[in-house]
Amino acid sequence: MNWLIKGGRVVDPAQGLDDVRDVLVRDGRIIKVGPNLKAAPDCKELEATGKVVAPGFIDMHVHLREPGQEDKETIESGLRAAARGGFTAVCCMPNTDPPLDNPALIAYVLQKSRELNLSRLYPIANITKGGRGEEISEMVELAEAGAVAFSDDGRPVPNSRVMRQAMEYARLVNRPIVSHCEDLELTRGGQMNEGPYSYRWGLRGMPAAAEEIMVARDLRLAALTGGRLHLAHLSSRGSVELLRLARREGIPVTAEVTPHHLLLTEETVKGYDTSAKVNPPLRGAEDTRALKQALAEGLLDAIASDHAPHTREEKEAEFEAAPFGISGLETVVPLVVTFLILPGIISWTRAVSLLSRQPAAILGLPGGSLTSGQAADITVIDPDLEMPVDPQQFQSRGKSTPFRGWRLRGWPLATMVGGNLVMYRGRILEP
Amino acid sequence: MRLRSKDLLGLEELSVEEIRSLLEAARRYRRAYAAGERLNSLRGRRVVNLFYEPSTRTRTSFEIAARSLGAEVVNINVAASSMVKGENLLDTVTTLESMGLACLVIRHSSAGVPHFLASRIRAAVVNAGDGWHEHPTQALLDLLTIQERKGRLHGLKVAIIGDILHSRVARSDLWGLSKVGAEVWLCGPPTLLPPALGQMGARITWRPEEALEGADVVIALRLQGERQVQGLLPSLREYRRLYRLTAERLSLAAPDAVLMHPGPVNRGVELSPELLEDPRSAIAEQVTNGVAVRMAVLSLLLGGE
Ligand SMILES: [Zn+2]
Repeated sequence: MNWLIKGGRVVDPAQGLDDVRDVLVRDGRIIKVGPNLKAAPDCKELEATGKVVAPGFIDMHVHLREPGQEDKETIESGLRAAARGGFTAVCCMPNTDPPLDNPALIAYVLQKSRELNLSRLYPIANITKGGRGEEISEMVELAEAGAVAFSDDGRPVPNSRVMRQAMEYARLVNRPIVSHCEDLELTRGGQMNEGPYSYRWGLRGMPAAAEEIMVARDLRLAALTGGRLHLAHLSSRGSVELLRLARREGIPVTAEVTPHHLLLTEETVKGYDTSAKVNPPLRGAEDTRALKQALAEGLLDAIASDHAPHTREEKEAEFEAAPFGISGLETVVPLVVTFLILPGIISWTRAVSLLSRQPAAILGLPGGSLTSGQAADITVIDPDLEMPVDPQQFQSRGKSTPFRGWRLRGWPLATMVGGNLVMYRGRILEP
Repeated sequence: MRLRSKDLLGLEELSVEEIRSLLEAARRYRRAYAAGERLNSLRGRRVVNLFYEPSTRTRTSFEIAARSLGAEVVNINVAASSMVKGENLLDTVTTLESMGLACLVIRHSSAGVPHFLASRIRAAVVNAGDGWHEHPTQALLDLLTIQERKGRLHGLKVAIIGDILHSRVARSDLWGLSKVGAEVWLCGPPTLLPPALGQMGARITWRPEEALEGADVVIALRLQGERQVQGLLPSLREYRRLYRLTAERLSLAAPDAVLMHPGPVNRGVELSPELLEDPRSAIAEQVTNGVAVRMAVLSLLLGGE
């Protein structure tokens, strides 16, 4: 399908562009971005006046649960959620059952996703065999099969020697190690952030120090090995400070943050609300302030959802029995618009960098810009569309979100992947 | 009067007026109970004691209270029953509700379970202890006991000593006592008394001498043996040396101080044995007051007054 996306506000940090332009798409590629382009007769028009047109968004941290836990999510339902959320690509974490620790499973996941004609899927493979943290996996073969990074996310690599070896070995394929920073001894049995509220509500706490200790360790290992380190879902002020020092030192490190850690505090747990049960836990107001400031300063590189869907039955339980994680893919964009762009914390250009350009750069993925010749992966946002978050409308099987009922502005209007319109006005379009 | 909520989940949620009404009702029930009066205000209503943690003391107290008001009582002790392991808690409770119950008294090792159930069933839910969170009827009976002994609650210095971190009694006592104007001191070793607890309005100290100095009320908490195994205390011996209440330590408190303990007492660990016989000890009254308080709670929740 050939398209002329007409009259939108094109925001493309790669070209330093933020202006009204048309975008011409032919044979799945971007042909041209310019003012008043003419459509060829075989070209469909997508009217984008008053809308924001951006390079396709990439969520570099999602859990799709397939294989093994298809009642929580499948590759299909996860990619439909991605498309509805305005993401043209997502990276799935390997903590499936079995885990993505061998090339055949990487190939399987890629194969399944390609049959669907939805958003693109880039798998992340395990750092260690079985995700057990004992021996590093066959990273070269995993990378050859299509793994874009390595992570044991859901768990840290507790053993410092193994983590060191992983960072060294990953240099062979120049792929980042994505670290879930958590000292498991300090968080054992933990249910929420450790602090006044955990003591008040009688819930076992997870101190910020548990994250910071591992951030510090991994930064030192990155300095030691020269391996590329990416810090997943940072949640605390202390982690941000450690990142700031590491940057000054020139350590090769990037970092991501989730909308829920930016916008919510531990108080959200009040009344034992399991939709606020996440790992790392929601922390205090000074942590959210520090994260927002780090985002504004450019210290943080990416916004990722850490989409972690669970079944309703699992989340509808007493707090201590409920699993960690929320369904995040379909609320990232309007949360970013409503709470980061509209209040002026970050610009549209910076937001597009965080959601597209920088994730692509960190993982060496195509996309991230609208320069001609690129695959036509495009996200269109309606900055004026305001509506409440209704989990029943989610394409994801996971319906748990602490943002339920929040009125948000700036929902994705269209998601185009390789020139195919896969979502328009919230509806998934069958190919 | 009735409570604003259909449930009693904790003292954090109660207003001072509600606490005062509950105490007043409890005093009336205490007199009636002592006089052997038969009350039938809850006749035909069913109260279910669903205990996921064994506690003969609390369960019996609720049972006597409910029966004294004429209610029908069903006891379900899950640890001891043949209930299928892992049976869904909510399923269990909705099944019970469909069999008809006016009030569910729940004890569970996990904080927030009463809140979870209260929002999902129509019957009244009474928290009989949830994890480390709250044990509101215990705190109410502590308040009643103090009030009977001292004639007031306002302006008293109350020292709570022991394993504060894991104590739902300490949290409920703290809410209740500070709402009625007492000054609460929490005291224990740093591993069992994180300073952040001070943000709930208590004074914090690791030195029992400081907490005890001039105290009007001293509440010793039960030390759970298992905690020590987790390495929070280097040894029981050292704990006893530093924190056990002895006659000598208690002499720092006001001469007419009241000594309490939520029970059951680990003999010789939290208190030296002779203190159990001390006239300042109100531990036996606490048990009696427990029944009266639970009568008041059931009655006010179920409209039996
Ligand atoms: Zn993680």
